[in-house]
Amino acid sequence: MSAVVLVTVLVAGGVYLVLQRGLVRATLGFVLIGHAANVMILAAGGQDGREPAYVGEGRSSAGLSDPLLQAFALTAIVITFALTVYLLALAGHGGDDDGAPSDVEEEAADEH
Amino acid sequence: MSTEVLQPLLPAFVWLPILAGGIALAVRRSVVAQRAVAFSAHTAMLVGAVVGLVAVSGGDLVVEQVSGWVPGVSIPFVLDTFAALMLTVAALMVLVCSVFAVLTHDDVDPFFHPLVLVLSAGVLGAFLTGDLFNLFVMIEVALIPSYVLLTRSGSAAAVAAGRIYFGVNLLVSGVLLSGIGLVYGAAGTVNLAELAGRASDSTAVALAAGVVLLALGAKAALVPVHSWLPRSYPFASVAVTALLSGLLTKIGVYGVFRVYGLLHDGRGLETVWLVVLLATMVVGVLGALGESTMRAVLSFHMTSQVGYIMVPLAFFGPLAMAAGIFYMVHHIIVKAALFLACGAVEHHARSGRLSHLGGYARREPWLGLVFIVSALSLVGIPPLSGFVAKALVIRESLSAGSYVAAAFAVVVSLLTLLSMLKIWNGVFWGPDPEFEREGPLDTAATAPDVTDPSSGRLRPEFVTARVQRPTRVPRRLILPAAFLAACTVTIGLGAEVLLELSMTAGEGLSDSTAYVEAVLTP
Repeated sequence: MSAVVLVTVLVAGGVYLVLQRGLVRATLGFVLIGHAANVMILAAGGQDGREPAYVGEGRSSAGLSDPLLQAFALTAIVITFALTVYLLALAGHGGDDDGAPSDVEEEAADEH
Repeated sequence: MSTEVLQPLLPAFVWLPILAGGIALAVRRSVVAQRAVAFSAHTAMLVGAVVGLVAVSGGDLVVEQVSGWVPGVSIPFVLDTFAALMLTVAALMVLVCSVFAVLTHDDVDPFFHPLVLVLSAGVLGAFLTGDLFNLFVMIEVALIPSYVLLTRSGSAAAVAAGRIYFGVNLLVSGVLLSGIGLVYGAAGTVNLAELAGRASDSTAVALAAGVVLLALGAKAALVPVHSWLPRSYPFASVAVTALLSGLLTKIGVYGVFRVYGLLHDGRGLETVWLVVLLATMVVGVLGALGESTMRAVLSFHMTSQVGYIMVPLAFFGPLAMAAGIFYMVHHIIVKAALFLACGAVEHHARSGRLSHLGGYARREPWLGLVFIVSALSLVGIPPLSGFVAKALVIRESLSAGSYVAAAFAVVVSLLTLLSMLKIWNGVFWGPDPEFEREGPLDTAATAPDVTDPSSGRLRPEFVTARVQRPTRVPRRLILPAAFLAACTVTIGLGAEVLLELSMTAGEGLSDSTAYVEAVLTP
């Protein structure tokens, strides 16, 4: 249940931010949505197993968390992080302008 | 070649281009060395893909359980006829588009070849993987270089287009990731072979797979989630636009074919596909009619063609899927031919605006011929490949009793002709544009046109190096497009070969027994 609430809050906040005008806010929105996806993945394995996924000698595998989903989430975090950095770089490059290509008339005129 | 030899080489479709990309990055001081590395890798990929296609042309499968893990635990690479066909076309596209980039000197950018190599690794990996999560990873591997390639020129228009492309794809990737998480939660595995048929058994898996299909559909630019594509693709350089159009949206299409075919057994979403895809066909072609630059018309029109490729999903079956696969191969080749032909004009005129151009068919008859052959193939005029592709799709809709789909396919073909004529009238027909009569304009003096993809694309070195406009389109620039146009004529005249391959691929797609058995048998 806690995962459901968490995902709901993260997605709601993420969607709100993505719909904002500024690209930095939209980036933060994407970060939140990415986190929501990660929480959803971890929750997909069930919330019962909380022990670290380490099967030593003489230990039973009962109560262990699912290591595959942790690997999924880790991969996703790495990708999202790299993309966030690039998106922020794009936000920095264009200054305050973050509209559609048709909005960039003045800027294009300055360049030429 | 026996499949045992091929088997351990399957992961090479991913690691070899990435390795070559690293080497190309290391030798970035020398354009020649970079080209040598890049083209060796591209050629090796094409040869490998053709060898693979020959090996599995009979419907066999080659499965590599990576690192020798037991089936079901490993993340397999699977080469079936469908995948081999896509690999071959993708490797061909990468090669031809890279040649075009060399001819237009787009590759003086030291990061061009490394990025294209990584992109091709992602695309080929996405076609080969037999694992849903790995599909997501491969799509990301293909997308990340495309973000950079799109915004690399640094012009305001390209960066603005890049933000749209990037933002939408990031969001869609989030949806895809959530969908995969949900599939794992509902089914307990992300191995495609283990998931086979699970969505038709369980509603929970069907819903979760629906989220995956939604995300893949957005990557394929289906209506109503298509608008990112015409707002971003035309703003890259010509070679990159052709590359993205041939490869990236097609990963989405490929993914939908695989997931819907394996998980849903091709059942349950017939009405949804029909509504969405017919809308895609119509909206795409009408949008194309409203655009005012060559590549914008072609990009918007791509959406319409994706509708054609995927409409056989509504009457899923071996023959229907064969029609879809044949259409996809035809479409990738012809679309790239059109992009490259228009790119040759754009490179010469430095503008893609229809209203600024004219008279090219008279001054460049060969280029005009290449364009009109490709355009007519896109419309579906015999004896070109488009005719066979459209005839197959229409025949399948008729035999499934879906007269609406057949009627849409015919009417949209007419609108396609209209949109191609729009380019033909604007660019190839009519009087010479003003600059030809009054001598070359200074690029700096013309007001930049923000809807024109090429306006912001010129790098400083080009502006100084080529103030004098060449009087003719260099003959070599026409060659890549001419080669692809020759391909569409060949496929049209000798449709038998590709048709048989598509049939085998379609059978493999509609009946997943062989796929499941090959992947899961130790």
